[in-house]
Amino acid sequence: MLRTKKKQAEQITDLLLQSQIGEEETFRDLMRRMARENKTAVISFALIVIIILAAILAPLLTPYEENEMDLLHRLAAPSADHLLGTDEGGRDVLTRLLYGARVSLLIGVAPALLSLILGAVLGVAAGYKGGLADAVIMRIADVTLAFPSMLLAMVIMYALGGGILNVFLTLTLVNWANVARVVRAQTLKLKNCEFVEAARVIGVSRDRIMRRHILPNCLPTLLVLFTLNIPASILTESSLSFLGLGIQPPNASWGLMINTGRQYLYNAPWLCFAPGAAIMLIVLAFNFLGNGLLDVLDPRMKKQ
Amino acid sequence: MNEKMLEVRGLTVCIPTEKGVIRPVNDVSLEIPAGSIVGIVGESGCGKSMTARAVMGLLRHPAKVTGGSVSLCGREITSLAEKEYRKLCGNEISIIFQEPMTSLNPVMRTGRQVEEAIRLHTACSREEAKAKTLEIFRKVEIPEPEGRYNCYPHQLSGGLRQRVMIAMAMVCRPKLLIADEPTTALDVTVEAQILKLLEKLRDEGTSVLVISHNLGVIAKLCDYVYVMYAGRIVEQAETETLFSRPAHPYTRGLFRSVTSLREGSETLETIPGVVPNLLRLPAGCSFSLRCGQCGENCRQKMPELIETEPGHKVRCFLTGKEGTE
Repeated sequence: MLRTKKKQAEQITDLLLQSQIGEEETFRDLMRRMARENKTAVISFALIVIIILAAILAPLLTPYEENEMDLLHRLAAPSADHLLGTDEGGRDVLTRLLYGARVSLLIGVAPALLSLILGAVLGVAAGYKGGLADAVIMRIADVTLAFPSMLLAMVIMYALGGGILNVFLTLTLVNWANVARVVRAQTLKLKNCEFVEAARVIGVSRDRIMRRHILPNCLPTLLVLFTLNIPASILTESSLSFLGLGIQPPNASWGLMINTGRQYLYNAPWLCFAPGAAIMLIVLAFNFLGNGLLDVLDPRMKKQ
Repeated sequence: MNEKMLEVRGLTVCIPTEKGVIRPVNDVSLEIPAGSIVGIVGESGCGKSMTARAVMGLLRHPAKVTGGSVSLCGREITSLAEKEYRKLCGNEISIIFQEPMTSLNPVMRTGRQVEEAIRLHTACSREEAKAKTLEIFRKVEIPEPEGRYNCYPHQLSGGLRQRVMIAMAMVCRPKLLIADEPTTALDVTVEAQILKLLEKLRDEGTSVLVISHNLGVIAKLCDYVYVMYAGRIVEQAETETLFSRPAHPYTRGLFRSVTSLREGSETLETIPGVVPNLLRLPAGCSFSLRCGQCGENCRQKMPELIETEPGHKVRCFLTGKEGTE
């Protein structure tokens, strides 16, 4: 009798305590917490969503076509008809900005993600395995880093030719080495942590240690690298387009728009300012969002 | 009682350095009978942890086992390939590390980490593994196991983390558990609980090797004690014998250095000096530089480990000549 009562009491306290400790936090909770704690991140996130939506819905948002020429209204200043003016071919700058966002966003995210995956896998492998694998991977990375990245990108683009897929490939090949280096350094540090040793002791395989123990611990670093890589990719693509190696006219990308606008900087400064401001906004937005995510995703950084 | 769980013979670990080879573990032999708790005690840097790591095959480069053998249940294990070694570890030998703060993966839920150990060594489903994890959590007396299962290590106190570590080490029912300073980072009340837990494990048939610099822990827990100094075993005896009749001057020094409330206002004695640099060990007995009773003989050559009474061995020239305290 007494025993069952005691058991009941235990169950009740268990239930009470369970609701407080170790409750599984869903992704939604995480986002909520971020919304509460970090307004900048939320604004950045909203901005990114708006830009993405605008890029997708571009045809619905403007009455003009991407490459619609209107030679009578060349280099027109911003007005009610053309909110951001027109360029040297009389094309609406706002329209081109929206269409250009498709390319620029894709080019920001896809190569950043690809180089992140490639760099992380190779970096962890090099750091954890050591020896020959380490030597080979890191020497290749060193060679990649030894070239000025712009030069390397130009060479690859020149060899492969223009086109968006080649831009992806180029940016991935240029950026992976940095990621690999940082991840390798982190891996070397984590490798000697006692929890990795403890995992080895209980017989966890090498691959599994790399996957389950080391990689997740690199996640905060990777996230920062990712958010830094997105703007870097957008900027590199801008430079490539600027040099005539990236996206080819008449397609629009923000970098290309700045490039063509440069010639009319005195007469029509809006040609450069609009895409320039767009690049700045998206770069900042990704950076702030990255910081916000970092705060909520790392369990050690949780504020009580 | 007589079956030997672990037998270490003449284990030597070398670390080559620029100034010469040092031997942090030098010709160490010890055995652990099944179902008993054996302790290794000594100052910092005397080779205790190194011995444990060598047994586990966990030496870090450039440290290397250069001699001796380790056998588990009569099976020689130092010659095993890395892969087989790993299979053995966790399943038959397990280790609890010194620092419960860093021994758990900070971004993995504690339950998952224990589960990982189960799923590696036994074929079972996720649910079964979870049930087993909760069972072991209960066994190591973690309160509200269901809640702790989903906690990250940083949400737990040091004592709880150490329990999780023990749970992880115990979950596959190893025959031998090595506890490397299991309570050093914990406060005394938690220490007592952890020690009780280790005793409980012993009573269930697991052999335990406890490494500690804390004589209290050793006295309370161990059946048999090895005293290490500068990489060598200097004295070994059953706990009672050792504590009532310590023979080696170093052991006596250790005992005198323990604070006691009973002995009034005497100043606390210490052993003068520090553990010698392993590169510049004295020619004779490694303790000769700090020994109050050091004679000419001691400076010339290293004494052997001599059995003074059944089960009690001492590495000192003075034993026998001088009565016990």
